[in-house]
Amino acid sequence: MSKLVVTAVGPATSVQDGGRYGAQRYGLTPSGAMDRLALAAANCLAGNPLFGAAIELGPLSATFTARDGAIRVAVAGAPRSAKVGAHDVPLLQSLTLADGESLTLGAARGEVFSYLAIEGGIPGVPMFGSLAVNARAGLGSPYPRPLQPGDELQVAAASMSGERSIALPAKPDGPIRVVPGPQDDEFGNALSLFLDSEWKISGTSDRMGYRLEGPVIKHLHGHNIVSDGTVNGSIQVPGNGQPIVLMPDRGTTGGYPKIATVIGADIGRFAQIPAGRGFRFKAISMKDAQTAARAMDTLLHSLPSRLREPGGFDFNIEALQNANVAGAAVNAFDAGTWQPDNSSGHQP
Amino acid sequence: MAATLSPPRILPSGDAAITVEFSRTIDDEANRRVLALDRLLMTSPVDGVTETVPTYRSLLVHYDPLRVDYETLGANLSALAQQPPTRREAARRWRIPVTYGGEYGIDLEETAKALDLSTETLIARHTGATYRVAMIGFTPGWSYLSGLDPTLELSRRLNPRLVTPAGTIPIGGVQAGIQCLAGPNGWHLLGRTPVRTYQFNREPVFLLEPGDEVIFHPIDAKEFIERDRAAEHGEIVAELVAS
Repeated sequence: MSKLVVTAVGPATSVQDGGRYGAQRYGLTPSGAMDRLALAAANCLAGNPLFGAAIELGPLSATFTARDGAIRVAVAGAPRSAKVGAHDVPLLQSLTLADGESLTLGAARGEVFSYLAIEGGIPGVPMFGSLAVNARAGLGSPYPRPLQPGDELQVAAASMSGERSIALPAKPDGPIRVVPGPQDDEFGNALSLFLDSEWKISGTSDRMGYRLEGPVIKHLHGHNIVSDGTVNGSIQVPGNGQPIVLMPDRGTTGGYPKIATVIGADIGRFAQIPAGRGFRFKAISMKDAQTAARAMDTLLHSLPSRLREPGGFDFNIEALQNANVAGAAVNAFDAGTWQPDNSSGHQP
Repeated sequence: MAATLSPPRILPSGDAAITVEFSRTIDDEANRRVLALDRLLMTSPVDGVTETVPTYRSLLVHYDPLRVDYETLGANLSALAQQPPTRREAARRWRIPVTYGGEYGIDLEETAKALDLSTETLIARHTGATYRVAMIGFTPGWSYLSGLDPTLELSRRLNPRLVTPAGTIPIGGVQAGIQCLAGPNGWHLLGRTPVRTYQFNREPVFLLEPGDEVIFHPIDAKEFIERDRAAEHGEIVAELVAS
């Protein structure tokens, strides 16, 4: 075994994976990666299962050091500088840290979260099938809390296989797509104000929820409803009229009306919007939202076929063939964001 | 053929969950229908449904949109929810110890005063009721109970407390509760229980199921400390009793 030592780390950095599902009925929130696509890309580069555990890095810089042997790692997600010693190294490409070498990642630029995957994954004891940190519930492995300087992860020694890079499609930057409801009827015309306005994410946001700053969204009948269930992407509106988008560490139930829900295919992209940058929402039909969900699933599962040897050669013939299939899926994914919504499908 | 029940509202919660809403208010009959549909989905799984979250008045049904679409599942859930209930299974009943007042329940005296009751009467009425776990939510093991004695209804505090202890036994409005982990609470704190409704290194991790019945009984501070120590080591210090 080798050790990955956390040499320096900012807040909001923790072990996350695909999430902990199945116990929301007991009040246990799913947790899991804020940006599943970036998690999957990092894991893919490291040769791990797509939604295995990796280190989710917040917006600040961090340094990790290999001890007792070499370690292969890969970083995906927010653009940021990466150096091994004094040398720049590329993101979206696996690299092997020799015993004693350090990887220093700079502050995130234009996005928020990155994922550091380690070849062989992060060993730990799963709870409800997940190693994801949920500090309030005392869950997460190997540390049930955000990472701190001095923490050590026991990890596999680097294999001898070649390094690889991954070709990801350009990230869509259109409006964040939502499906109205479940309580859009609590808002009347304020739903249009919500959809027509520019919003900013408040600096007080965290893994539980992103607070939005913009016009005041007024309720028709007051802001207290009888608590009901929440999902990742639920947009609840408390009494001050400033919406909160619920994220993976959300409460499983909530007592504020929910005006709309960010679709699953866009929640990772939404999570990457930094505080202070303006963005908009756009309502789409359920049919289009579920088409986008399928396109995102196809994109996620195309990742292994997108691996390349660094330098641009295709990884293998099979990958080349799969890439054509994946290319079609990606076009559908992009189209879901870019094309005007002319759907006459279901309107909830 | 038995008459069907009134249709619930089928509401979209994004592209991977449906809210099946039976009422907009806290309503005992609606909660029974929520729990009945929840049980039905547990005993006869529906393709694509991944997990369910019962609440007072609605059932949130999480599903995989790659396996079933909104229209199909929504119609299916609506039909299932309108089926008349088959025989009602006897609920499990838990007897849960509570130490009332003093440092364990800092609002006991003030609450009694606000309700114009003696603390003894308040405790007697709180322990005299049989509650049902209407829902579990917010944080792990936080159990919302219906069945509070109507004479104990008191609106919530104007200023919620940001930190209240693990095991807090509060009342608020028409509801009673069992709070498992330390955290914020805007209700009136009557006492504390050593029972952990959630403990991750114990089997079962979650003690209570939505639909279970709960009765409280008073214990003194000395017994609290003993049982709290036992509970810390994974012992279940609540009893299952015949209903």
